[in-house]
Amino acid sequence: MAERKQSINAEPDKNNDPIKVLFVDDEKDFVNVIAKRLSKRNFDVTKAFSGTEALRAMRKTDFDVAVLDLKMEDMDGIEVLKIFGKMTPELPVIILTGHGSEAASEEAVNYGAAEYLTKPCDFEDLFNKIIQVCSKAGGN
Amino acid sequence: MTWKNQLKDPYYKYLLKKMLFIIIALSFVPLVTVSGIILERFSASYHKKQNAHLGELVLKHKQNIDGFLLEKLNSIRFMAKSFTFEELNNEDFLNNSLASLQTEYGSVFEDLGVINDKGIQITYAGPFKLEKANYSETQWFRKAINSNYFISDIFLGLRGTPHFIIAVRQNNNGLPWLLKTTISFATFNSLVENLRIGKTGFAFILNSKGEFQSKPNSEVVSSKVYSIFNNIKKGISTKEEIYFSEIEDDSEKKHLYVASLIKNGDWVLICQQDKSDAFAELTDAKHITILIILIDGIVIMITAFLLSKWIIAKIAKTDEEKEAMNQKILETGKLASLGELAAGIAHEINNPVAIMVEEAGWVHDFMEDEPLSNTENRKELERALAQIKTQGKRCRDITKKLLSFARKTDTVLEDTNINDVINDVVSFCSQRAKFSNVSIKSNLQQNLPILRLSHTEIQQVFLNLMNNALDALEKRGGNITLTSFLEANETVISIADDGPGIPKSNLARIFDPFFTTKPVGKGTGLGLSICYGIVKKMGGIIDVISVVDAGTTFYIRLPTKRN
Repeated sequence: MAERKQSINAEPDKNNDPIKVLFVDDEKDFVNVIAKRLSKRNFDVTKAFSGTEALRAMRKTDFDVAVLDLKMEDMDGIEVLKIFGKMTPELPVIILTGHGSEAASEEAVNYGAAEYLTKPCDFEDLFNKIIQVCSKAGGN
Repeated sequence: MTWKNQLKDPYYKYLLKKMLFIIIALSFVPLVTVSGIILERFSASYHKKQNAHLGELVLKHKQNIDGFLLEKLNSIRFMAKSFTFEELNNEDFLNNSLASLQTEYGSVFEDLGVINDKGIQITYAGPFKLEKANYSETQWFRKAINSNYFISDIFLGLRGTPHFIIAVRQNNNGLPWLLKTTISFATFNSLVENLRIGKTGFAFILNSKGEFQSKPNSEVVSSKVYSIFNNIKKGISTKEEIYFSEIEDDSEKKHLYVASLIKNGDWVLICQQDKSDAFAELTDAKHITILIILIDGIVIMITAFLLSKWIIAKIAKTDEEKEAMNQKILETGKLASLGELAAGIAHEINNPVAIMVEEAGWVHDFMEDEPLSNTENRKELERALAQIKTQGKRCRDITKKLLSFARKTDTVLEDTNINDVINDVVSFCSQRAKFSNVSIKSNLQQNLPILRLSHTEIQQVFLNLMNNALDALEKRGGNITLTSFLEANETVISIADDGPGIPKSNLARIFDPFFTTKPVGKGTGLGLSICYGIVKKMGGIIDVISVVDAGTTFYIRLPTKRN
């Protein structure tokens, strides 16, 4: 794992608070391990296993970034995205899509997704994208 | 199952039999019916004509024979009236007269005689020694002496050979006397003998008692003729000139009989012919007809059989091809679902693989915190974790391949400059345009935002539309204008030609798959439907405006995110 290894600790935001990430995906095992890894790098990760849970979490906390899986069972990712757009338009959202759904990702971008990644994604890519998106948002 | 084997299938056997039956029945019925009717008509007509012919023949001969007899009678009558009793009663004179007759008529007249009222032949001229012969007891004399003239039946008489007599009665001093002549049987017989019809037709004469007056040389008269003799007499006596009859003799041979009265009704002229001979031609015709029907029948059956077999074989082959095609369609369907299945599986596999890789990464993450005493172990651990990541990547690559196979088109999204694509397409088409006398103009808005789409696909769309425009302008040349501009949230590209345009009736169907106005083999009708699909997949819209004889313009609107 020598290639592309960035600093293991995330750059905290300007307030030195850890970045608050909302991770939305119905694949529980995946969410758990990603959350662990992100936490180790000083992210504050909130896990949501469905669109409904995500929205519930949204109402409780202000997040810095959301990572959203498009293909979920109970609520379509796009629907969640639209609701995010209405509820918290300033929240940057990173979309995770399956390989081959580029059209879906285009559509997502149209609905305000900040970035997108294809699953299965490289962890470092995800990490970098989160930093990228937050610094942009932070810069505003 | 090859189509040859399919012929053994009971269904096809049934079809074959049915077809055979219909063809043969349809061919035979008219053949037999027409032949039958014609043959029947011919037969009826032939019978009529043949009978008429026979009748006429018999009539003619009746007249011949009657004429012969009359002629001989008249000769004697003439003599009897022309010369006196004294003159005729002279042997020399009689001899001379006989000689004259024989000179004139040949040996028909055998002799001459003068017979007195007592039946004694007082004068005789002829080869036999019949002077002073006494005929007083004979039947013929009794009849002759009592009539003006008399013709006898054939009899042997004193001379012992068959002959018949013609006698004319005259009066001399109140006493009757006869001038008689004997007519040679041979000559008379030959008259009748000469009546020949066909191969087996001959004639003979019977007297009223049924005794032969002429003798057929070689032919055998059927004994059955007597059975009809009475009928003949009855039939003819009812004033029918010709009498027809048909009898089957003992050997089952059929004979035709045509009869007529001669010699004032004393004799009957009968003509006998084998029916088979009389109607030989008819029988031939029947045989020929049957032969033709037979040959035709065989030909019909052979042809019908071969034809049916050929048709059924073709049907079987077509059925098999249809089966094969159905199979293919099923297979394609299966493949399509397989593709979907593969895609589904690939997606599903991605998840566990991702989790495995992340877990390995996670182990690596907190492994860094743990100082492992054994550097060897640590190195090994790192290697193992790296391996998991590598293999995970491999899985990802494999599923990627699987997914791209399952997908129909290779939609690789890339940053695309639409104007570049347009310019590329224009250069692709420049040769063809020059050739067809078409000028291409571009009116492209500069600095259009970069679009994220499949370069190949949008190029395919533009190329298709350009080629359609070139097809429209092929005959007379013209102009194609390409424009691109940004309008609200859309990049709009238009391709316009000034060709014949598209009639309103076709306009609605223009994006339908397989709809084409090009002749067979020239276009699949799929081009625009594919374009429609591609643009739709990109989230855009394609539509068309066309005016007949003015031109056609295609518009493509693609969603554009402003920079």
